[in-house]
Amino acid sequence: MEGLERIVREHPFFSGMKEEFTNLLSGCAKNVRFEAGQYIFHEGDPADQFYLVRSGRVALQISAPARSLSIQTVGESEIVGASWLVPPYRWGMDAKALELTRAIAMDAACLRGKCEDDHALGYELMKRFMPILIQRLQAARLQILDVYGVHS
Amino acid sequence: MAYTAEAPAIAAGDDPMVPRIGRVRRRVRELSDVWTLTVEMEDGRPLAFAPGQFNMLTAFGVGEAAISISGDRDRADSGLIHTIRAVGPVSGALTRLGPGDVIGVRGPFGVGWPVDAAKGSDVVIVAGGLGLAPLRPLIYAVLASRKDYGRFALLFGARTPADILFRREIEQWRRRLDVEIQVTVDTSGEDWYGNVGVVTALVPQASFDPQNTIAYVCGPEVMMRFGAAALRDAGVPDTAMYLSMERNMKCGVGLCGHCQLGTAFVCRDGPVFRNDVLRPLMAVKEL
Amino acid sequence: MTTDGAGSGPTAIIERRDLQALFDVLLQRGYRVVGPTRRDEAIVYDDIAVIDQLPAGWTDEQEGGRYRLKRREDAALFGYAVGPHSWKKFLHAPIQQLWRARREGDKTTVEHEPPRPERFALVGVRACELHAIAIQDKVFLNGEHADPHYRARRNDAFIVSVNCGKAGGTCFCVSMNTGPKVAGGFDLNLTELLDGGQHRFLIEAGSDAGREVLDQLPKRPATSQDAKAADAVIAATASSMGRSMKSDDVHQLLLRNLDHVRWNNVAERCLACSNCTMVCPTCFCTSVEEASDLTGTESSRSRRWDSCFTMDYSYVHGGSVRSTTRSRYRQWMTHKLSTWHDQFGTSGCVGCGRCITWCPVGIDITEEVAAIRSSEPH
Repeated sequence: MEGLERIVREHPFFSGMKEEFTNLLSGCAKNVRFEAGQYIFHEGDPADQFYLVRSGRVALQISAPARSLSIQTVGESEIVGASWLVPPYRWGMDAKALELTRAIAMDAACLRGKCEDDHALGYELMKRFMPILIQRLQAARLQILDVYGVHS
Repeated sequence: MAYTAEAPAIAAGDDPMVPRIGRVRRRVRELSDVWTLTVEMEDGRPLAFAPGQFNMLTAFGVGEAAISISGDRDRADSGLIHTIRAVGPVSGALTRLGPGDVIGVRGPFGVGWPVDAAKGSDVVIVAGGLGLAPLRPLIYAVLASRKDYGRFALLFGARTPADILFRREIEQWRRRLDVEIQVTVDTSGEDWYGNVGVVTALVPQASFDPQNTIAYVCGPEVMMRFGAAALRDAGVPDTAMYLSMERNMKCGVGLCGHCQLGTAFVCRDGPVFRNDVLRPLMAVKEL
Repeated sequence: MTTDGAGSGPTAIIERRDLQALFDVLLQRGYRVVGPTRRDEAIVYDDIAVIDQLPAGWTDEQEGGRYRLKRREDAALFGYAVGPHSWKKFLHAPIQQLWRARREGDKTTVEHEPPRPERFALVGVRACELHAIAIQDKVFLNGEHADPHYRARRNDAFIVSVNCGKAGGTCFCVSMNTGPKVAGGFDLNLTELLDGGQHRFLIEAGSDAGREVLDQLPKRPATSQDAKAADAVIAATASSMGRSMKSDDVHQLLLRNLDHVRWNNVAERCLACSNCTMVCPTCFCTSVEEASDLTGTESSRSRRWDSCFTMDYSYVHGGSVRSTTRSRYRQWMTHKLSTWHDQFGTSGCVGCGRCITWCPVGIDITEEVAAIRSSEPH
């Protein structure tokens, strides 16, 4: 357990967080690994985990007939998954490991429970999620613009 | 009354509006709608240029367009290189010129990238789409005297994996151990194992000392605005960022008026501007 | 050639009946004489050989969007303000061939269009127009790349200026410090005097070329009475300006109001017709056109006056940078009154009022400036 606490504490997502909190959160954590090509989750599945990538790369995809469209790739030090935060807790995209990927998986129900019990922890966690979500929203807007496309 | 000009008289051959004759020596397809032309000047005089400058290229009988130079300034004697995307009648006609065809060349015009400004500093290049073309002469210049610079990061965003300009060359640069190269695409299918996402997202990942970095940004204007914002968020001051602007140009020498951006004539005072000058101008809609 | 400035040289009086001699001397000296004449119910600038072609006894009434010719009660030759033409139509040609390319077999040659020196004598140039010419000189001749065609037309131009004897309804040269008194840049300067029933002209030379021409004209020395009469003419004109504009702070005023709601307001009225840019004596923008024959052996390029009010003007791949009338009007006005200072060290407006008179909906640059200024807290 001590090793996992250290890994959680040292992940950039939790950088600067009080040790009291990271220890608490470690109770929801476990180490996971995904082989290249392996799906981490599928669109529509229950969002019961969220992932802190330690190494490797994950593609967030939306599949359409005859093709899968990658919207974003996520790598070392980044996170995968936000749908566990908001009801109905279902994934909005597919996540696929592009290469061997090691991550910490956090149990969503466990996390939500700890946040309900301790709103200070919940707020701390929210402050770390929001900038990433806003950044991804902004990136999605830029992608919609299709800035490199031919426009007439 | 009679005007006594201070400017030196212009010899007939030096009329800035009259093109010199060049001949296409090589035509290479880069992407589905992008070609690179290598041009030799018929009078044999090589055309010296600075990275980031542009020429006005004429497809005779069709018209003229401002096209940035994408070649190596140290190899100007081996031909003048332009990378052109076929988007309109003139650029379309230019990209259809093949070996032996005649092309008109006026230039080089404008203020290019300050290459020496980054000596002793880290260099970050943020390129989007065809914006890599005007940056390539700068990349050549930095690589040619690599030891004069600190860390060197090239961050490049394209629309899809099929739109990655100069792909083979990027792969060659990537093999060097003294260059950090990140490529990302806005969207991809499953046949792409690289990064997906906007180019601005690469900035926080790159390693450079923001207080001792010169950044060069080129691409569509929106991409440059957000790219500069990402660099600023990373701690790079506006005074250390250079962006290259695109505007309508008819003359290239500040006489036709078309390329005005606030007080600047982009053709003459740019196309490369330092961001502390450019940012307030880009902030005004439709300036 | 150097200028003596105004009023420093000896002045003389030339009688109305003797003024034809001025045209004769200029024509003898090989000048192409152009000046005001009445055509299509307006006073325009064109070739003139005899004094009868001047609009004797005519004047104009000008207001926002309105221009009418009217009979004067006297036979003044220069008794009107400026019309739709300006001298730029001679010095900065509306259409200018630049080059021709010819393909013969495998060989293509580009033939540069040689600048054609035209020895213009411009007769009847007003103070505001002299300033406008000086401004275009800065644009076309003082930069790194001078325009050879403008230079060829400008270099030997002989200028006969006139102190205005009447202010137009849309004039505001006093506000722009460009008139009505001519203050240099001429070869000869006239003040038309009609007092005491004597139709005569006070004439002064401002250059060696002017003195040479003056030497050939029938004249008598000017008296202090004549000088006083001339001063009175200028004073009367200066005090009857149709418009005024506070110009000392307009450079910064507009730059700090680029997002002002007034731009929306003016955009609702502006038709983006480009009249204001065509009649403006300082507007210099051009576009280029390519022409080729059917066989593709010959092509040529010419340039023509262009306007920042067109959509094409700011077109880049994907669309026009200034796609709204709001931004196009703002570009025109801020360039004229603000950024021109940064680019050329002078205002781009000389207060001639043409843009007001010839605007089909009567948009008034002085009114637009006042509206923006009055909205600012003092």
